[in-house]
Amino acid sequence: MKRFAALFTALDATTSTHDKLEALTSYFAVAEPEDAAWASYFLAGGKPRQSVPTRLLSEIARERAGLPAWLFEESYHAVGDLAETIAHILPPAQRTSELGLTQWIEQRILTLRGAAPEELRTRLLSYWDELDWGGRFLLTKLIGGGFRVGVARQLVVRALAEVAGVDHKRIAQRMVGWTDSQQKPDAARYLRLIAPEATGDDAQASEPQHDSDLGLPYPFFLAHPLQAEPATLGDPSQWQIEWKWDGIRAQLVKRGGRVWLWSRGEDLITDRFPEVAALGEALPDGFVIDGEILAWEPGASAPLPFARLQPRIARKTLTKKILADSPATLLAYDLLEAHGRDLRMTPLAARRVQLDALSTAVEGTLARDLLRVSPLVRAPDWHELAALRDESRARGVEGLMVKERESMYGVGRTKASGTWWKWKIDPYAVDAVLVYAQRGHGRRASLYTDFTFAIWDEADGVRTLVPFAKAYSGLTDEEMRQVDAIVRKTTIEKFGPVRSVTPTLVFEIGFEGIQASPRHKSGVAVRFPRMLRWRTDKHIDDADTLAMLKGFIDDPSG
Amino acid sequence: MNLASDHADSADLVVARPEGLYCPPGDFYIDPWRPVERAVITHAHSDHARFGHRHYLASRAGANVLMSRLPGISLQTLAYGERLDLNGTTVSLHPAGHVLGSAQVRIEHRGRVWVASGDYKLDPDPTCDAFEPVRCDTFITESTFGLPIYRWDTPQTVFDGIDSWWRHNAAEGRASVLFCYSFGKAQRLLASVDAGIGPIFCHGAVEPLNRAYRQAGVSLPPVRLVSEIPVKDKAVFRQALIVAPPSAQGSAWLKRFGDYSDAFASGWMRLRGARRRRGVDRGFVLSDHADWPSLQTAIQATGAARVIVTHGSVEPMVRWLREQGLEAGAFETQYGDDTVEADAAGADETAATGNIKLPLDQSGEQDESADNAATLADPVNPASSA
Repeated sequence: MKRFAALFTALDATTSTHDKLEALTSYFAVAEPEDAAWASYFLAGGKPRQSVPTRLLSEIARERAGLPAWLFEESYHAVGDLAETIAHILPPAQRTSELGLTQWIEQRILTLRGAAPEELRTRLLSYWDELDWGGRFLLTKLIGGGFRVGVARQLVVRALAEVAGVDHKRIAQRMVGWTDSQQKPDAARYLRLIAPEATGDDAQASEPQHDSDLGLPYPFFLAHPLQAEPATLGDPSQWQIEWKWDGIRAQLVKRGGRVWLWSRGEDLITDRFPEVAALGEALPDGFVIDGEILAWEPGASAPLPFARLQPRIARKTLTKKILADSPATLLAYDLLEAHGRDLRMTPLAARRVQLDALSTAVEGTLARDLLRVSPLVRAPDWHELAALRDESRARGVEGLMVKERESMYGVGRTKASGTWWKWKIDPYAVDAVLVYAQRGHGRRASLYTDFTFAIWDEADGVRTLVPFAKAYSGLTDEEMRQVDAIVRKTTIEKFGPVRSVTPTLVFEIGFEGIQASPRHKSGVAVRFPRMLRWRTDKHIDDADTLAMLKGFIDDPSG
Repeated sequence: MNLASDHADSADLVVARPEGLYCPPGDFYIDPWRPVERAVITHAHSDHARFGHRHYLASRAGANVLMSRLPGISLQTLAYGERLDLNGTTVSLHPAGHVLGSAQVRIEHRGRVWVASGDYKLDPDPTCDAFEPVRCDTFITESTFGLPIYRWDTPQTVFDGIDSWWRHNAAEGRASVLFCYSFGKAQRLLASVDAGIGPIFCHGAVEPLNRAYRQAGVSLPPVRLVSEIPVKDKAVFRQALIVAPPSAQGSAWLKRFGDYSDAFASGWMRLRGARRRRGVDRGFVLSDHADWPSLQTAIQATGAARVIVTHGSVEPMVRWLREQGLEAGAFETQYGDDTVEADAAGADETAATGNIKLPLDQSGEQDESADNAATLADPVNPASSA
């Protein structure tokens, strides 16, 4: 635990990639395999489930520190992170612990779940008293949920590749599914992860195989936002163009008579989408499809909004009602494996031909709605494509995908083997007035950077500001500081951590979608609101009206 | 019975006036922010010591530094503990442990004693006299880091961290650029790091303070000016520690060091969010202000029944002290933000990088506690400057 806590602190203390890589490699070079298994699990984004309720956690910590509840609250709002607040306020440790990471995790942390409050209190106080600042912060993060490390997965892959002496692309592939919560990291899995690379004609076939690896997907290939003029891409016929669907990116794996459905976060979601799993049953063995899960009613011309998919992920049990309310389908757009052969080094256009062939082959055996192939969008020039892209909202899509026909299926955001571009439509935008502010989290901690925005309601002939969206992203660091200073100077009232301010600031607020919502005071709910620009040129009287905002619901073309 | 004098005996010895903290019976101000006849200065940081007063009174230990920052002022000095009668009040200065020459102001009048702390710390510092607890009836305290989240490691632990960062960089052949306030923090760092690791250089803003410290008898290792080195010569910095003010961060001046790692030394670095915003490779938690436990210790040691909080986390500190059974209140000052927002760790960056014109400060150099005041000061009404 000490060693991992030191690594965690070192990664947290530096912003230099070079130093982070060095810290990682020196950790993995000496760590016991069982500890390295857990360490790489956490570093790659594996999240332990919360084992102590937040309220109890804060209560035990603040009692230990001898602080009243209000002062703990005040401290928390200054820090912007619960585990960090707790690590700061606890009195210095009296003891130290030589227990390894695995023992800490398996004997102490995972067994906290469900323990009685009194037992939790005793154990937590004893654990905290064995750790220094970094150790306490780490432990509290691990038991409080919401654990994350400031290190890119790719960097962990590079460190492991260096320690193992194995090509990093190979490690990346072996690490797919590594953070799936259904498999416990252990020494044997870790040793397979860093095992020497097989040599020979067919390295793929001779890769160390294991039962639990059978259902693994390929690392996802990701698109880049298109910022240049599309005309710079040259002849459109060199590109495979599709709609950009707003769903859940997923790989459907069919091997050895079994089906796995993986999300882009590499979570296994097979049981969330039984109808997609059913599609997998109909596929022949040795096929992997890359595509998008969408909520789509049979016979409808466009998918349902993304929000309709959320209950499928969020709810513990899928009731008949949920299944009926958001019927899911997989829109396939790529074929990564056929008849057990890895197709990723085959050009996209050829993969597409095979995908179409597969679709035709299974069509007779399936209800038609289940395996759709993402249609190709064709137009002679970029000008016409731009016109088609303008229809995106009516079609329930986010814009166009522009994929190089000759592209291989790369790993992550690599551009080495051909590029995929996402050519998104501009978000909806309104000018709104900042009315409430709260201090932020993470790198915005202790600055007033989480805002509530309002627009003018002109009903009954009176102009009043009605809150309609919260947003915290979109400002530069410098703008954040300036707005923070203004919030502090123009505070009217404090409600706990929230301040109301004299309305003086206007921001252009962008969002992706809008729906009528009786639960909100404004009567609307917007999706992904964020600040596009600080409109220092505008007076609050120039901000937009609720009537204009509601107009977007009736006329989605914006 | 004389009613008027009876009233005078119970009246406050220090009150807040638009010009600054004022002692009515003694007719003098403490660290005033507008020009006055007589100013008692606790220390030479720019938010406490300003141009424009007719007479200055300060500690003898800090005379060099004060004169280097406010040349030409009419200055009277007192040795620590030496007593002076000012209009029937007895005034003496006592070490505050903040920076060289920093003092608490003790005022005695008709049997009652008030002490104004200025800024202070309890941690050891080889460049200045240690904080001296002074018994009093009313204690006026700062509260820059007045939340229980602020708890410093021992200075030695911090300097070990800085040394190992520097040693590691030197081994890799890259310069170590350490940003810190040029008055106080810089000299404390210079006096405390392991000068055997490599050569030490400083920015032009730091050198005048080094000189003033040396003249006052503080021992500092040999330090060269970066500007003495020809611009093309990068090799000389490969094993070096370079001490620079925060305003140098992100400036073209850094290009001359070639490959370098940068770090920032400040109490604000305690919070991860503040460290990430600062955008340096490393943040070292080192402050010349008292942390939460030290503030409690210092307040308790005075034996004061009444405490007045001037700047920093004022509201929480006042409420906390009241819950501890003390009579507590606040003074609005311009030393720092006067409300709860002193936790705005990011605000110091604005002051340090000079993005907002500071009406309070002629040098662009501020102490930590002043940071918030600087950011929040009304840019259209710089009435506070002399």
